[in-house]
Amino acid sequence: MIRVVIPAHLRTLAGVDGELRLEVDAPVTPRRILDALEAGYPVLRGAIREHGTRKRRPWLRFFACEEDFSHQSPDEPLPDPVAQGLEPFFVVGAIAGG
Amino acid sequence: MAANGSRVRVLVGTRKGAFVLESDGKRKHWDITGPHFGGWEIYHIKGSPVDPNRIYASQTSGWFGQIVQRSDDGGKTWEAVGNEFAYNGVPGTHQWYDGTAHPWEFKRVWHMEPSLTDAETVYAGVEDAALFKSVDGGKTWSELSGLREHGSGSKWQPGAGGMGLHTILLDRLNPERIFIAISAAGAFRSEDGGKTWKPINKGLLSQYIPDPDAEVGHCVHRIAMHPARPQTLFMQKHWDVMRTDDAGDHWHEVSGNLPTDFGFVIDVHAHEPETVYVVPIKSDSEHYPPDGQLRVYRSRCGGNEWEALANGLPQEHCYVNVLRDAMAVDSLDRCGVYFGTTGGQVYASADSGDSWEAIARDLPGVLSVEVQTLP
Repeated sequence: MIRVVIPAHLRTLAGVDGELRLEVDAPVTPRRILDALEAGYPVLRGAIREHGTRKRRPWLRFFACEEDFSHQSPDEPLPDPVAQGLEPFFVVGAIAGG
Repeated sequence: MAANGSRVRVLVGTRKGAFVLESDGKRKHWDITGPHFGGWEIYHIKGSPVDPNRIYASQTSGWFGQIVQRSDDGGKTWEAVGNEFAYNGVPGTHQWYDGTAHPWEFKRVWHMEPSLTDAETVYAGVEDAALFKSVDGGKTWSELSGLREHGSGSKWQPGAGGMGLHTILLDRLNPERIFIAISAAGAFRSEDGGKTWKPINKGLLSQYIPDPDAEVGHCVHRIAMHPARPQTLFMQKHWDVMRTDDAGDHWHEVSGNLPTDFGFVIDVHAHEPETVYVVPIKSDSEHYPPDGQLRVYRSRCGGNEWEALANGLPQEHCYVNVLRDAMAVDSLDRCGVYFGTTGGQVYASADSGDSWEAIARDLPGVLSVEVQTLP
């Protein structure tokens, strides 16, 4: 199971608490994680990726294993600890404001 | 008219959530629930005139984009419905602030306007400016692209708050007629249910555009209509309060003796089509009331002659703004008037504006106020 952490506002929107655990086929990529997330929680469609283009919304970032995966191809495999469920994939809101 | 035994529900959208205020017809004691959708901007929240328990809300965030919420129990519980607003075809460009071409991009829903005849039908005015319609209770949305594509779209430009379609007026006497307004493009009218549109800005003068009486480019802040007199519209423009009596074919200024004719809100008394309310704001660069005194101005003769209404409103050190969607009226026998401020106050008058009291004082900055008069 892949571990996913999403921002508090999206947890409220999806009606979930804490970390999410998703079935994702290998190779585990950001696109596959987000596809699985949106399939399980349709209310999140459009909230992380734009409708249509599926581009990451500009004020969101994707982190894992202390690295930033926001700007790599969404089809690039994530590190093994994410694929093995040892480390979570983080969807993080950009810091904006004081 | 509604009897004073009725109830009133005030729907307040703020920068950090929605609030629902309810009172009986006396409008003295208010129950407040919320925040709903805490932390999100609620640009607008409005109930269906067909089914008052059906309420639509525009929930937005710079981080997470657009959500549309729907309630079927008067705001107690909510369900997220469709949030895909796709422009028809390739949307092209509009003018940016400096006049250069800028691609059309959906940003948020500014205004929800439920149909007068069908609770499942609702219109959404969006930024970048376009009009969308849903006929399935908000689950799916289709653009009425005849507006954006009617010919002048490439000349539209954003106001300071963005290029939002913020006003949608439906005509009770002519179901095919729709009025809309955009900052900063102007006012437009459709006579065929939204398929085709024409600009209706003749008589507007705006010194901030190269041609002050151009067909489009005017920063219209708000338009109001009395349901029984849909030929007559009142407009608060960036500067100037305007009036038309031929459904927008010709406008004339009715600012008269206002201390300043800049402002955002405008509304019409529920039972007196010639009684109009505005909240004058000092200027477009200051965005607060003149002299730190918050005053509603009322005209009982359709404009030009205005009286200040200050009883119960702060008359010193008040530097809040009242945004374009933040005034509404109820339809009780003594018409109630309501408005919200960027300082988080919601003021109500149960006597057509003669006196006011704060029915909520410390909310987040208020973006919109709507009122439902309930049986």
